[in-house]
Amino acid sequence: MRPALLDALSAIVSPRWVRHGKAELTTYAMDGLPTHESLPGVVVMPANRTEVVAVVRLLQLLQVPFVARGAGTGLSGGAVAGPETVLLTLTRMNRILRVDPAARRAVIQPGVVNARLSEAIAPLGLQYVPDPSSQAACTVGGNVAENAGGPHCLKYGVTTNHIVELEVVLPDASVVRLGSPQGEPWGPDLVGLFVGSEGMFGIATEITVRLEPIPAAVRTLLADFLSVRSASEAVSAIIASGVVPAALEMMDQACVQAVEASIYAAGYPTDAAAVLLAEVDGTPEQVEAEAALVEGVLRSHGARDVRSASSAADRARLWQGRKKAFGAMGRIAPDLAVQDAVVPRSALPDILDRIGEIRRRHGLSISNVFHAGDGNLHPNISFDRRDPALADRVREASKEIMAACVAAGGSITGEHGVGNDKMGYMPWIFDAETLGAMQAVRRVFDPDERCNPGKMLPVRSCREWRATPAVREAAL
Amino acid sequence: MIFARLRALLGPAAVDRDPDNVPRVTPASTDAIALVCRLACDEGWKMRVEGLASWLPPDAPADLALSTRALDEIVSVSPADLVATVQAGAPLDAIRRRLAEHGMWLAMDPPGRPDRTLGSVIATGTSGPLRHGFGPVRDQILGCTVVTGDGRIVKPGARVVKNVAGYDLTKLHVGGFGAFGILTEAHLRLRALPRADVTLVSRGSRDALSAAARDLLEARIAPAALELASPELAAESEWVLAARFLGVDAAVQADVRRLPTETDAVWEQLPADRTAGFWALLARGSLGGPITFRLGVLADGLDDALDLLAHDLDAGLIAAGAASGTLRWTGEAPVERLRAVRRAAAAREIPMTLERAPWSVRRALGHFGAYREGLGHLVDRLRDTFDPKQSLRVALEGSEKSEK
Repeated sequence: MRPALLDALSAIVSPRWVRHGKAELTTYAMDGLPTHESLPGVVVMPANRTEVVAVVRLLQLLQVPFVARGAGTGLSGGAVAGPETVLLTLTRMNRILRVDPAARRAVIQPGVVNARLSEAIAPLGLQYVPDPSSQAACTVGGNVAENAGGPHCLKYGVTTNHIVELEVVLPDASVVRLGSPQGEPWGPDLVGLFVGSEGMFGIATEITVRLEPIPAAVRTLLADFLSVRSASEAVSAIIASGVVPAALEMMDQACVQAVEASIYAAGYPTDAAAVLLAEVDGTPEQVEAEAALVEGVLRSHGARDVRSASSAADRARLWQGRKKAFGAMGRIAPDLAVQDAVVPRSALPDILDRIGEIRRRHGLSISNVFHAGDGNLHPNISFDRRDPALADRVREASKEIMAACVAAGGSITGEHGVGNDKMGYMPWIFDAETLGAMQAVRRVFDPDERCNPGKMLPVRSCREWRATPAVREAAL
Repeated sequence: MIFARLRALLGPAAVDRDPDNVPRVTPASTDAIALVCRLACDEGWKMRVEGLASWLPPDAPADLALSTRALDEIVSVSPADLVATVQAGAPLDAIRRRLAEHGMWLAMDPPGRPDRTLGSVIATGTSGPLRHGFGPVRDQILGCTVVTGDGRIVKPGARVVKNVAGYDLTKLHVGGFGAFGILTEAHLRLRALPRADVTLVSRGSRDALSAAARDLLEARIAPAALELASPELAAESEWVLAARFLGVDAAVQADVRRLPTETDAVWEQLPADRTAGFWALLARGSLGGPITFRLGVLADGLDDALDLLAHDLDAGLIAAGAASGTLRWTGEAPVERLRAVRRAAAAREIPMTLERAPWSVRRALGHFGAYREGLGHLVDRLRDTFDPKQSLRVALEGSEKSEK
């Protein structure tokens, strides 16, 4: 990076918040995905909107590309920046600005950590619902960029259903406000368009989120099955019963065994083919009635045993294995390729058979942990990236799994995003025209394509859309 | 000439003239719509799009009208996946009946006729009382097929309930009033039919009922709908607050028992055979005048917003989600009065969206009016992208735009 640029950045945020030594940059070489690595040119850490605007204006003048980053827990390589690129880390912007309990809204800065927000508002009896597995570290700004999900999104929706207003610094350094606290847009739904745009439309500097009351009662049920198919059928039967559980999570045998062999052992039966976690919440009467219904469905679909917990401590124990599944896999091998794909829920049993077949053929260790209620799979491949031949097989197997999910009518990502990891898969689910439309919309926000360049859109597969800057009629 | 060109393109059966003698095409497929759009774009013709014409009156000046009524197929219903794919011209009541056969339903109860087309609900983003419990229209749409003004076919989203691949372009079309293309098909999020469905109503003064609604929210009672209706809309002598509970029996009964203990209001449970009729009455009420608009209002701002309407407009039919974010007004008013309401609302940070009105009013006011600072050029560029020759006659901003 040019010294002049470093000086100018230092003048904006002070030298203390500009990092460019190789050792310092290494921290930012990856996000949560170990398969994509690149050192950014420089890291700058603005403290507030004014500094973000000044940095973005400078980069606009110099036509330098940039990437915004939160905690770097993403799983698609979305927050990785190249050597000619400036990385804006927003973790210093971590203030909860306002909470309005009556309207059930909070206004926060993008660097607020997801779990911190829920902790801070818990005394008010409120929570922020989307709870990605990385919630103890990930930032809400990053959640907005990726439209993050989590186990409790089955009932309550993903990030996009909880964001009502955004203050955004566009790549030309102008500042716009999208949406309103009421959730009614001033015009087309640009909040909906921005959420999940993977940091390619600008930088959100203020976020208004919807809060939900903490339910009065919660019950967690844990059931184990002798076949994945019967567990999957139980999931469909629960949904068809009219009950929408707050969460409905499944782990296969490989995953359960990894958990039980680790320090996170939760007492899951290791001989079961699948373990299902179902959680219902609401009023005490609702929880009582729905839990009884769910338990009946589980048993009638062949659950060997159903354990149930209502107290926070007992529920945490049942959840522990699920929440720590990724950590537990660290015992198996040094690296973990966490995959993310979606299939129509009815295709779950077939797709799991198919993944088993791919695992055997490539001689890999794959465990499955997934949001069964919405068909969102996380096949996780344990490997050691120092073994290049093994890493190649991991890549090949990942690709085959993705192809199988797409063939089943699914999608290439349910909550992790496309980033630079899945760009190559985009033409599998979108035709050239639709990709072209996405590229054209990106240019509306970022005509120079400097904002998180080289992500999501496989440019060569996009049909060219030229937005003719038509002379707009003065009156219709 | 246009008439003959269209007949040559689609065949005589798909082209007629509307009551104003404007050539009208009724294409039977997305591809046919794309052909029409391409031709209109090349020739510089202006198009207006209509469904049942109950929501957006087919009165915009145009060289041709395009009806989605031949696109009325329910393409597929997958109860196990909680997804259905439906064409834009399909009437909601037909969709509802078909889903019920599978034990499924769509958590949408938009204002208007029961046979409103799906396309009109999506294009106008008109959610009804169920928005309180299930979110606005945008939360029910998983993906769509859209034909742009220059005839390109775009298919964002997918037929799965969870998906973050690509930009969420679908959001642009929900509540976009057709300015970014013609919606031809949508993937819908379904739910299993609730086991119990109970509605209670309370009658009284406006302010007492809005206070009761706030008490109920404070008490953490969570109905699927909590709607305040003006006497004219509810066809009663007083204001009505209606709470609808959906779910498993025991839970619904428990909520019903708690209701009188948490509010000062007197509640009456509607008999099962009157429940559907009550909500249909509120929905139809939104057609009780030539103009309908919505304001973005939460529980705190409800009384103030209602005062504003009472001050600036003559009596109208009012339905307000007590906490869902939407207050809907239907009635008759001159453009100047509506402009004053929009200005007064904007001063309170309340967005006002014109949902339904004759062309003269839409043209003058625009569905959205003036945008907030910095947004106008983004919207203009999005329109240029999806409708480069401005073939689609949609008044998003209206002539108000030039004022700011």
